Formats: sequence, structure tokens, C-alpha cells
Amino acid sequence: MSTATENQIDIDRTRGDFSYPESHTFDAGTGLTKGTVDYISKVKGEAEWIREFRHRALEIFRSKPMPTHWASKDLENIVFENIRYYLANGQKPTRSWDDVPDDVKRTFERLGIPEQERKFLAGVEAQFDSEAVYSNIKAAVGEQGVIFCGSTEGLREHPEIFRKWFGKVIPTGDNKFSALNSAVFSGGSFIYVPPGVKVKHPLQAYFRINAENFGQFERTLIIADEGSEVMYMEGCTAPKFETATLHSAVVELVALKGAKIQYVTVQNWSANVFNLVTKRAIAHEEAEVKWIDCNIGSRLTMKYPGVVLKGRKARGEVISIALASDGQHQDTGAKMIHAAAETTSNIVSKSISVGTGRSTYRGLVHIPKHLKGCKNNTECDALLINSQSRTDTYPAITVRGTGNSSQHEASVSQISAEQIFYMQQRGLTEAQAMSLSVNGFVNDLVRQFPMEYSVELKRLIDLEMEGSVG
Amino acid sequence: MRESRGAPNYEMQMSSLSIKNLHVSIGDKEIIRGLTLEIPKGEVHAIMGPNGSGKSTLSKAIGGHPDYIVTGGEVLLDGDDILGLDPDARARKGLFLAFQYPMEIPGVSNANFLRAALNARQPEGEEIEATEFYAQMYAEMDKLEMARTFTARSVNEGFSGGEKKRNEILQMAMLKPAYAVLDETDSGLDIDALRIVSAGVNALRGPNLGILLITHYQRLLDYIVPDVVHVMVEGRIVRSGGKELALELEERGYDFIKDDITEPSLA
Repeated sequence: MSTATENQIDIDRTRGDFSYPESHTFDAGTGLTKGTVDYISKVKGEAEWIREFRHRALEIFRSKPMPTHWASKDLENIVFENIRYYLANGQKPTRSWDDVPDDVKRTFERLGIPEQERKFLAGVEAQFDSEAVYSNIKAAVGEQGVIFCGSTEGLREHPEIFRKWFGKVIPTGDNKFSALNSAVFSGGSFIYVPPGVKVKHPLQAYFRINAENFGQFERTLIIADEGSEVMYMEGCTAPKFETATLHSAVVELVALKGAKIQYVTVQNWSANVFNLVTKRAIAHEEAEVKWIDCNIGSRLTMKYPGVVLKGRKARGEVISIALASDGQHQDTGAKMIHAAAETTSNIVSKSISVGTGRSTYRGLVHIPKHLKGCKNNTECDALLINSQSRTDTYPAITVRGTGNSSQHEASVSQISAEQIFYMQQRGLTEAQAMSLSVNGFVNDLVRQFPMEYSVELKRLIDLEMEGSVG
Repeated sequence: MRESRGAPNYEMQMSSLSIKNLHVSIGDKEIIRGLTLEIPKGEVHAIMGPNGSGKSTLSKAIGGHPDYIVTGGEVLLDGDDILGLDPDARARKGLFLAFQYPMEIPGVSNANFLRAALNARQPEGEEIEATEFYAQMYAEMDKLEMARTFTARSVNEGFSGGEKKRNEILQMAMLKPAYAVLDETDSGLDIDALRIVSAGVNALRGPNLGILLITHYQRLLDYIVPDVVHVMVEGRIVRSGGKELALELEERGYDFIKDDITEPSLA
């Protein structure tokens, strides 16, 4: 009867679909020109070499065509002139929880980070609107000599370490979007782990977009010095808006001799976000790099974490899960470049396509002729939830020479009506049955995730399955 | 002896799985053609019949499989018509189907599956207690001579025929249904497995459970002795009797029954 009441009840409470009033001190406006780049560089008080780096990147970005000759034509729907490339509320990064503004705290609450978990978040670097507003580095981590800060701060305070590796793993011109990121990057993390230091707790960062038409361009650089170990976790949710949003990050990892890096991502951007990310690592002698990558959200994700196996006996691994629901396209995969003898790589990819969702696996494995004793294992499994969904696999494996080996297995399966009936007959609802089946499909991979992420992931799959059933 | 089992009251009369003039089609083909059957709680009824008589269709239709279209009749569980309910709602009302071909659920452990099924029966927001659950499950597994390692294995994945059937009986023991339909539970079992599975079913027999055994062979009925035997031919019950009817069938084959049915029309 009362329209007002009805409207109140009608609020779309879909996860991630929320935002609070924004107040931005710095706003680069829409569109991308040299002026935009200068504005960003000036606001951040950057050194001249960084400004020049950005300008060169802008030129490369402009000169490169969209990769639509192999990638989704949906990329053409990105209108670069309508995007705002820099927004910040002008606050300096803060270290203590008490310093964090209340509305930001509210956002974290909605993201479901329980209060008691904060202690566990050994050193949280949380990004809010492209500038870190919350970073709480646990004393122990700092005492070990570990540097964990925002990339802006990293560039300003630690240029001697940063500059040596910055843009070396992923050159500006690697692809159109790495060039874009190089021109307008802000936010992201910088981590340096000194030789022999093993960071006990995972370092976590929560990223979030809170403005319409606002692209987020994090730049993350992690350097694990000889014999050190670190795990980094990145999780995303974003509010829902009507017009498309662009997210284009560049993440570079360097694992020096004998070092171990694990990089964990749970990506859950809202369904209008273009998520075009370049992630790559260099693994030196006997180093290990493991990407654990989970993509649930976004409109279109293109992401192929890679490892360049540069030193003898280096090891690279990509474990990935993609869930493509109605209207989504998860175009993900892995790259393994073997560049030294006795290097091994392992790729395990599982995708789930629901409704009109589409998942694509692209894999690149390269083992040149002159190397000996290199091994690759690639497994990719796709699960289709109904007849409209689609999955494609494009594995590109080149193994030359005699002393090298590669295994490749791929499968496509479907959750059958019989399986669902069987589970329903035991009392589970259709949604519960679907959810349990999907969780079962990814179970062996999820077990490798840190505990809180596997719980979160299970919850996200439950939510997606609830939505997919009548 | 006031509370003797036979004491008739209204409640007792309602306690049955009652199938009335049921018609079921798959696609355009009518498989069940006016079947009537009543299984009072506490009794074990067996349905025997030749291949293609519609026995398995009956169990799927009672369970609510979407491919089996009920075109007429009723299925009443303790007096309530369940035909309008989803399969899971029927299950939660106390109906259990032991499948002829239990499905595999890769990546989902037996323990997790059973817990999920039990939790689905709890009031909103409540879950069964873990230690209690495991104690109960282990006790039932011991009866079925199942190894503890079984709990961590994926549901039915890579199971032998005997293991799958034992798993069905374990689920039945844990879920404590009011009515259970056992579809060809003896198929694919060797003598040892048949003995174990039958002992499992017999242990569950009692005043709170009505059982419908669907079988092609008399053999199962040596182990699970029914109270009533029905013979199903071409989608209908054509004869009912005591356990001796099964022996008679075994001796003379289904043909004598078929002859019986066709007799009147010949006369």
C-alpha cells in the first residue's frame, strides 16, 4: 500500500552493492591526457624519473591497439574518455586502527572482516579509493626488517630497492593495459623481505572501488630476497554501479635465490567491472613462486599469472579457480616460461560456467630446445552448470629438446540432473545441492587456500548458486 | 498390554505411505497405469515384477524426479499428498529412496554429505553437533562393516557395487526416514555384501519405519522377509499376498501371473 515502505523493502542487498558518500580532495577528472598524468604525479609528489616513466607509458598505451584480434570484443565497450583516473581523499596512510575514518570502518564491516580477525591480519594494507588509508604493520614484521607499505610510499621512501625492480618483470609495453597502468598507477603494495626472513603470517590487502566510473590501477611489487618466504593475500569486492568500471593492475614479483612467494587473490568485483590485470613473477635459482588465483566477480576478467623460471631448479605454480555466472566472462589462465635447466612448473585450472557465463582458459608453456630436465604439468577442468554456458580452452605448449617433458590433461563435465535429484532426495534444496557439487569440484584446490579464504570462497559459491536456481 | 501394537486409532490409520490410482508417464509413454498400494508404517512390502514392468519408475515418481510426470492419482505420506512437493521437501518429510544406481559426487566427502543432509533437517540456523554426529556415524558404519577411511572418500566415487549399496543403507540409517523405498538394492551384490546390506536393513526394521522393497529376484527376500508381496506387471499391481507368493513366483516364473491376468479377457 505504501510505496515508501515498499521501496525500503526493495533495496537490492546483493553482496558488494553498497557505497557511502564520497568526498575527494584530489580528483583528476574524466579522460586521459598528459595533463592527467602530470596531475597524478604532482599530487603524489613524485620524483622526475617517475613522471617521465608515466609519460613514456602513456605514449605506448596510445600506440598499442586493443587486443581484440584474439581477446573478447567486449573490450571495445571501454570508453577511456569517461573514466576518472585518479581520486583520493588526501589522507596520509595511517598505521593505527583508531585513525581510520568511521565510514571506512563501516565499509570493512560490510566486507565481512570480523573484528577478532584484525589481530590475525598481521600488517594490513587496505586500499580505499586508490590511496592507502589504513595500514597496520604488526611490530614483529617491521622488526624483521620487512618493508610493507603502499607503492607511493615505497617509491618515496625506498627508491634504491624499488627502482631496481620496478617495471623489470613486466615491461611497460608488455600489453596495452600494462602500459595504461604504468601511466596512471596509484596504490597497490610494496613489499621487501630481507634475506633469510620467513614472514609467519600472510600479509593482507583489501582493495575496493568506491566511485562510479573510477578505474583502479594498483601497482604492486614484491621482492623476496635470498632464502626468504612470504605470503601475500589480495581480496576484492566492489559496489555495483550502472556504468562500466575499469580495473587494471600490474603485479610484479621477484623471488631471489631460494626464496618462496605465494600470492593469493580472491577477485569478486561487481558484474560491471572490466578487470584486466597483468601478473608475473621472476623466479631465480631454486626459488618457488605460487599464484593462487580465484575469480568470481567482474564483467570481463583477463588475467594470466605467469612465472619466468630464470634460475636452475626454479619452480612455478598457478592454481586457479574461475566462476563465470550470467553475463560474465572469465578469461584466465597461466604462463610458464622456462628459461633455465631443471625448472618445473605446474598449472591447475578449474572453471565453472553458470547460465550464460563463459569461461576461457589460455595457457602458455614454453620450454626451449637448449634446456635439459624441465617439467611442466597442466590440468584444466571445466564444469558447466547448464546448456547455455560455454567454456573454451586454448593451451599453447611448446616443448623442444629431448630432456624435457610436459603433461596436459583437460576435462569438461556437467552437473547432471540425476546428481542433483540424488542430493535433493537426501533433503538438500536444489541450491544447496548445486553449491555442494560446485564446492566439491573445486575442493582439492580450495584446500590449498589459506583458511579464511577457503571459508569466504565457499560462502561466495553458495551465494552464486542461490542466485542461479529458479 | 494396553499399548499393544494392534490398538487401532485414528493416528495409526493415517500412518502409511499410500499410493492411490497413480499414473506416471515419461515423455509420451505411460509407464505406471493406475497403481494402488498402501504401506503401513512398521511393515515391509516387496514389489516384484519382470523387467520393464515400471518398478523403478514407481520409485523415481514417488521421490519426485522431474522427468517422471504424474498424470493422475495421489501419493499420501501419513495422509498428506506429497506430489506437489519438491524432492527435497519429500525427503525432509521422511521419504527415503535407496537408489539402484547411486550417484557419484566428486570432491564431496561422505561425512560432509551426510552432515549437510542432516543439517537440512534442522531448524533454520541450527546444526547438528559434530562429535555426536561422528559417534552415530561410526556406530552405523560398524554395523555395515565399513572402514573408517570411508568417511573421507568422495560420495560413491570409485566405489564397488557393494560399497555403493552399503552407503545407501548407511545414509538411510543416519537420516532415519519414516518410509524407505529400496530400489533393486540387491542388484550387483555378491552373497557377502547381500548378507551385510540385508542385516543393515533388518536392523532398521521396526514400528517407526515402512519399507517398500523393489526387486526382480526372490533371493533378497530370503534375507529381508517381507510382510506382504505385490506383483507388478505393466504398471499395475496384479496380485498381492504373503511372503509365500514370492516363492511361488520363483518357482513358476512371472508368466503364470501374466496368464492369470489375461485369463478373464480370454474367457
